[in-house]
Amino acid sequence: MAMTIAVPREAFENERRVAATPESVAQLIKLGYEVEIEAGAGEQASYGDDAYRTAGACVVEDALELWANADIVLKVRPPSIEEALRLRSGATLISFIWPAQSGALLDVLATRDATVLAMDCVPRISRAQKLDALSSMANMAGYRAVIEAAQHFGRIFTGQITAAGKMPPAKVLVIGAGVAGLAAIGAARGLGAIVRAFDTRPEVGQQIESMGAEFLSVDVEEEGGGGGGYAKVMSAKFIEAEMALFKAQASEVDIIVTTALIPGKPAPRLIDAEMVACMRAGSVIVDMAAEQGGNCELTRAGEVVQAHGVTVIGYTDLPSRMANQSSQLYATNLRHLLTDLTPLKDGEIKLDMDDVVQRGTTVMAHGKLCWPAPPVPTAAVAPSTPASGAKGSQAAADGASPDAAAARGRSAWPLVALVLAAVLLLALGAVAPPAFVAHFTVFVLAVFVGYQVVWNVTPSLHTPLMSVTNAISGIIVIGALLHPNGAATATVVSVLAGVALVVATINIAGGFLVTQRMLKMFQRT
Amino acid sequence: MLSGIGNMAWLGSATLFILSLRGLSHPASARRGNLFGICGMAIAVLATLLVTGGAGLEIALGAALVGGGIGAVLARRVEMTQMPQLVAVLHSFVGLAAALIAFANFLSPAAAMSAVERGIHDTEIYVGAFIGTVTFSGSIVAFLKLQGTLGGKPLVLPGRHFMNAVALAVCIVLGYVFVSAPEGPYALAALGAMCAIAAALGVHLVMAIGGADMPVVVSMLNSYSGWAAAATGFMLDNDLLVTTGALVGSSGAILSYIMCRAMNRSFVSVILGGFGATAGTASAAPQGEVVATSVEEVSTLLRDAAEVVIVPGYGMAVAQAQSTISEITRRLRAQGVRVRFGIHPVAGRLPGHMNVLLAEAKVPYDIVLEMDEINEDFTSTDVVLVIGANDIVNPGAQEDAGSPIAGMPVLEVWKARTVVVSKRSMATGYAGVDNPLFYKENTRMLFGDAKGSVDALLRQLETA
Repeated sequence: MAMTIAVPREAFENERRVAATPESVAQLIKLGYEVEIEAGAGEQASYGDDAYRTAGACVVEDALELWANADIVLKVRPPSIEEALRLRSGATLISFIWPAQSGALLDVLATRDATVLAMDCVPRISRAQKLDALSSMANMAGYRAVIEAAQHFGRIFTGQITAAGKMPPAKVLVIGAGVAGLAAIGAARGLGAIVRAFDTRPEVGQQIESMGAEFLSVDVEEEGGGGGGYAKVMSAKFIEAEMALFKAQASEVDIIVTTALIPGKPAPRLIDAEMVACMRAGSVIVDMAAEQGGNCELTRAGEVVQAHGVTVIGYTDLPSRMANQSSQLYATNLRHLLTDLTPLKDGEIKLDMDDVVQRGTTVMAHGKLCWPAPPVPTAAVAPSTPASGAKGSQAAADGASPDAAAARGRSAWPLVALVLAAVLLLALGAVAPPAFVAHFTVFVLAVFVGYQVVWNVTPSLHTPLMSVTNAISGIIVIGALLHPNGAATATVVSVLAGVALVVATINIAGGFLVTQRMLKMFQRT
Repeated sequence: MLSGIGNMAWLGSATLFILSLRGLSHPASARRGNLFGICGMAIAVLATLLVTGGAGLEIALGAALVGGGIGAVLARRVEMTQMPQLVAVLHSFVGLAAALIAFANFLSPAAAMSAVERGIHDTEIYVGAFIGTVTFSGSIVAFLKLQGTLGGKPLVLPGRHFMNAVALAVCIVLGYVFVSAPEGPYALAALGAMCAIAAALGVHLVMAIGGADMPVVVSMLNSYSGWAAAATGFMLDNDLLVTTGALVGSSGAILSYIMCRAMNRSFVSVILGGFGATAGTASAAPQGEVVATSVEEVSTLLRDAAEVVIVPGYGMAVAQAQSTISEITRRLRAQGVRVRFGIHPVAGRLPGHMNVLLAEAKVPYDIVLEMDEINEDFTSTDVVLVIGANDIVNPGAQEDAGSPIAGMPVLEVWKARTVVVSKRSMATGYAGVDNPLFYKENTRMLFGDAKGSVDALLRQLETA
């Protein structure tokens, strides 16, 4: 029996997003579900009812009927208490829930024997990235934050020099380089601004730089990573250094985008009124943490305020302001989740509580609260190491000390070898005929010439170098040629020399020709 | 007078050889360098014929015809992927020639010499024959291994170092017998016995070395062939042979050194062999997940990228994928994507092998960069395409001190935004080390045969 998925219209004020797009509806139907959608649900995100009908959904006018009929409800915002009461007994709800702040809602849902999957509780591990609605919404919000800033900023972002005068590029400071921060960096860079970014986690420095921004850091040694890709609360010393940095930056930059959040705590206060006062008139602050209390002292959630000539934007609905794109991403996240929940593609949900992703996402199963889920180790479980692995590392550790001892002993060797070689050579010089010494001189000098010349060879020509040295080592033919020079020489000598001559000639011809062939292939653009 | 002219001409040849190597410092001057080498060789042979008064001209002409013919055919027929084999077999010829000349020299009636001179001369013969034989047999084994006739696995006999040491000691004892009584009845037997032992030693030395260490072995044999020529030069009192031998010898030695440094291994440890068979599993198993990708996705990634770096390895040569890759490169470049290649010094089975393969496939050499030139640029690269390479892109070399390849310089591909690895399966590379790169978050695995994958990729790029 195929289950029915219902997508109601978002009732929350100013919420323009929708939990399904025509595209995702088509995919859900492929999984075996029947999809019903409330009339006008996608209107504000530019998805018309007809588009949903074409995709195969049934458009329902009456919201009460829709809720009553549904086995699974897909939503964006957490349902209101009123909505929650409409949920059919034993049905499944998938949406943002924020269980920490929604105790009353969860109590109501429990009375409905509901199963609740919270999109904000998806574990942040690489396998679950395709379900990670927080990331996809943060990405949208970061982009929108810069667009809102540009809207309220009276000047342009990219620098220009025109006949009418010089326009300096805007300077943007992004605080917190999570998904939203990085998206903000990308958007601001795309508009042509000079971007700096700060984060307490040193490891994101590389990501910041890869987006084309400058990474600001403070000279206090402290790791800011708090697990799950979030930051943690820092020491007083660190915060002091950090505040000094922000203060210095505030007088320099035109736009500040703050994204600093610490899970389960109010947003850290990073920009105080004093700093706002020292910004240039016309500057803009976008506080993306407004909903959690704001990073800026002057922020008022959901509003735009003016203070000291600076505009402070505290919108809490940034993703909703990009309803079409945000809905598409969110709907895709939901669709991926449902694909995982429907392994047989038969339109029936199968919740696998042994799967860390599904376990983490589920906050209530059949009316029983099961949040918070046991913590997921940040790195996925390692493949089992064979027993020999442990043994190997033991061996390696044991091997280390004799090696070190050998290295110490070895350091004396070159000197000994050098002295020995010098003595041998001097002894040889004492007895050897002058001709040998002359050859030896040539030999040593030639080794040095070869050393100098070959180091100059470009590595890309090392193969031709080998083939050409092959060819010139065919010079050994002259050794063969110098031999059959007496009529009295035995035939065996002639034969030996002849064979040597033939193979050395193969070398010469083959070596030079193949080198020529290879070098011809090296072409410039 | 004639010999004076000959000596001057030989000096000229030596100079031309030096200029020939000098020319290889840049692809633009390399062809002229090769011509210098050919001229030098022609002058050397003519001067020698002048010195000998034309004696043996017929033999020389005959040999030139036969040898030159064979050489020309070889040079024309050889596939660029078979260059390592050709180089190895040419080394064996030099070794063979050196050994044969040493015998011929020993059997020729000697001019009157003092006892010391005689001793030195005989030592030169003996040493020349020894190096020549080791080079010859070692190169033959290297050839067979590269050709695939013999397996790439190192042959690890029990007590092999001891056996080698005994072989060397016996050779020294035989050398003493040979030099102390060169006219005696046992001299020739001693020389012959030494050659047999040296041949076995050469075979055993190379047998003990694994497939991917072949670049070091081939350049080492290159070096040996040079020293063999130099020893012949000492034996024949000929400075040209000494000079050329020294040039070739140092060239091969430098190449071996470069290869060893690129693997962070000492020359001695490579030559003693056995690597790959005993590689420990000391390193921690990599954590994370492998994410597979599709040809469609890779094609979109490549088209949307601004900076692409392709990292080829031996797998590309085996799969003969270079011309398709060249075509992909051409297409992407036409669409304004900046495509470059990153070459690790030990990629392939011969120093510079990848460069030659790419050149043959008509990839312009100015977009083919060395590891040191490109490693800085990975942070600003959008997509890295790794084809048939494994150990040379292993982040474990930098991150995991317990890894058998720890400290080996590698291409830092994981710093790019996305890394696509085309690979047949999850099997480990030559070093037998698991590659944490495959488990990185920004890595996508394109499973399948390299040739099949890139062909499909090209089709996808053409249709899109």
